[in-house]
Amino acid sequence: MPMLAQDIETLIRAALPDAQVTITDLAGDGDHYAAEVISAAFAGKPRVIQHKMVMESLGGRMGGELHALQIKTGVPT
Amino acid sequence: MSDTNARIAEIVNGNDIVLFMKGTPLFPQCGFSSRAIAILDRIGAPYHTVDVLQDPEIRAGIKDFSEWPTIPQLYVKGEFLGGSDIMMEMYEAGELQTLVEEKGLVAKA
Repeated sequence: MPMLAQDIETLIRAALPDAQVTITDLAGDGDHYAAEVISAAFAGKPRVIQHKMVMESLGGRMGGELHALQIKTGVPT
Repeated sequence: MSDTNARIAEIVNGNDIVLFMKGTPLFPQCGFSSRAIAILDRIGAPYHTVDVLQDPEIRAGIKDFSEWPTIPQLYVKGEFLGGSDIMMEMYEAGELQTLVEEKGLVAKA
């Protein structure tokens, strides 16, 4: 079942309140998204942990109803 | 530790660079796996791949092993590095090349 970009953004923001979240619908089919997440909470953490934080905010949807979410993380400059 | 976990640990510890993927390097069955292979080929270090589509136990088990929900998954010297997005970020930042050079897995260019 596809997810709305807005729902993805809301879930990420709930977990990382300071995050700047940019969701791009890559294929226009509501099933392939890219999420760019910039948050101070990532500072000093390895990428694998940063990505896990984003995945955890989506509560197990990654790999399930969300097959294709490209994640890119960063800290505010 | 379950049998599957033990099998995965053996693969991960027995190969310097391992990619768990869908399909084979020549015929990847998923865009993310395809992208991961393209990055590894650019790096130029020898790598081992495991086609999870041929092994349902590993396909399910690898997600628990790394606590990571998606495939592909890259391991270097027994350490889980991440999926294709992290590989791309590391590659673009030059970090993946540095890592394999530091671990002595590829000759310096």
